[in-house]
Amino acid sequence: MIVGEQKPIPEIMKTIEPYKKLLILGCGTCVKTCFAGGEDEVATLASALRLACKQQDKEIQIQEVTVERQCENEFIKEAANAVKENEAVLSLACGAGVQAIVRLFPKSPVLPGINTTFIGIQESHGVFIEECQGCGNCGLATFGGICPVTRCSKKLLNGPCGGSKDGKCEVSKDIDCAWQLIIDRLKTLGQLDNLKKYIPPKNWRTSISGGPRKLIREDHII
Amino acid sequence: MSQSISKLHQILSTGEFAVTSECGPPRGANKNVILKKAELLKGKVHAVNVTDNQTAIVRMSSISACIHLLNTGLEPVMQMVVRDRNRIALQSDILGAYSHGIRNILCLSGDHQTFGSQPDALNVFDIDSMNLIRTVKDMRDEGKDMSGFALDDPPRMFIGAAANPFADPFDYRVIRLGKKINAGADFIQTQCIYNIDRFKAWMHMAQEEGLTEKVYILGGVTPLKSAAMAKYMKNKVAGMDVPDALIQRMSSVPKEKASEEGINICIETIQQLREIKGVHGVHIMAIEWEEKVAEIVRGAGLIK
Ligand code: SF4
Repeated sequence: MIVGEQKPIPEIMKTIEPYKKLLILGCGTCVKTCFAGGEDEVATLASALRLACKQQDKEIQIQEVTVERQCENEFIKEAANAVKENEAVLSLACGAGVQAIVRLFPKSPVLPGINTTFIGIQESHGVFIEECQGCGNCGLATFGGICPVTRCSKKLLNGPCGGSKDGKCEVSKDIDCAWQLIIDRLKTLGQLDNLKKYIPPKNWRTSISGGPRKLIREDHII
Repeated sequence: MSQSISKLHQILSTGEFAVTSECGPPRGANKNVILKKAELLKGKVHAVNVTDNQTAIVRMSSISACIHLLNTGLEPVMQMVVRDRNRIALQSDILGAYSHGIRNILCLSGDHQTFGSQPDALNVFDIDSMNLIRTVKDMRDEGKDMSGFALDDPPRMFIGAAANPFADPFDYRVIRLGKKINAGADFIQTQCIYNIDRFKAWMHMAQEEGLTEKVYILGGVTPLKSAAMAKYMKNKVAGMDVPDALIQRMSSVPKEKASEEGINICIETIQQLREIKGVHGVHIMAIEWEEKVAEIVRGAGLIK
């Protein structure tokens, strides 16, 4: 899923400053799962903002709507009336969701309410971890299914640096060393020979490095 | 490589026990800092590593500090990390370095920028240190850059890599050494050795794999200044292994004698290293303590 985290209230207060009628628009998919932008978070944020505005003697009307997926027009359209009735949209979707709203409603100011952090999973309840960078050229088969591009702090493809200690990364004791995980896993799979292979420089052209990406599926173009 | 590429290469290939040391460039543009360090090291060592923004702190560039050393007659080993430059910049700097007379390079990953003074920086890591080794080798042996373009006067560098026998996973450390040799490493400088038993175990494994025949290994040493430094190295420096017995030894002498004891330990370690088959030299890392290198070299009976 795409993991996000709500922005601090003072920062949101600053961005909504010019508006008196605000729509908080939640998304019921990824950001709901990571407790950042689903229906519940929309409601909590709306109360917090109403309170903060009251304390600052700022007049505001807040409407709350959550759609199933803010990155798909089909769902966004359900919020069309609400968008038009308000002066601005505070979107609790990921960056893609925010920009999908921008595309569909060119005249409405759309403000981000969350920081999109990464593509990841919930490792344990309330703990989210990054797993994929979307580099566009998946090499997981070589690395026992653990991504060094994402999970090694130095994106090393040919084995661990000299800082790996007791399974942890030199950057922080809170980060597992990806290479320890890869080696353990390759041992389990009986594929330790993979480690001896020289991995040539990565082709980053498929990543964001090659410029903003576009995927064209001819078979789906109508 | 029949012809020697550098003085360091020549020393190693004739079987002489090589001595290298280190010089950290200044946090400023003052070249006198380098010249002073050069004065302290001249005639004491065969070559001097110049660090590349070590611990991710901005310093005078390795390449320019190397040129200052060259001008004093010292032979530099240019350290190059893949943290700050992409493949285009790395190759370009290798060409430039060679054009100035730099003949040794040490290919490294580099400390993560979050350790440094500008943790907000974007890192690069376009290629890793293994790829860098291969790149320098291809430039030298094939005469081509990474795109396959035939270079006009290809750089011929004596290629070094680092090895840390003390990092985890231990069994993998020798595989990694083998990989670096296959990628093109001619010499290896190791992480500081305090745990000589573990180092011996690693050397033994390397020997069994036939690796010590294929590469020159220089054991790394760093003299301890105090018991506090020993503890700091053990607990705070990534990839360091300082046995408790050594910390005890440093603590057992009066404070004013501690640095002397540190030097003694360092000299003893070098003597032990000389006895280990496959160790071809020593790399003395006395950072901001360059004046002690001469004493260590003399004490260990290294260079007359
Ligand atoms: S310690 Fe492990 S995860 Fe961290 S940078 Fe080194 S190899 Fe990568």
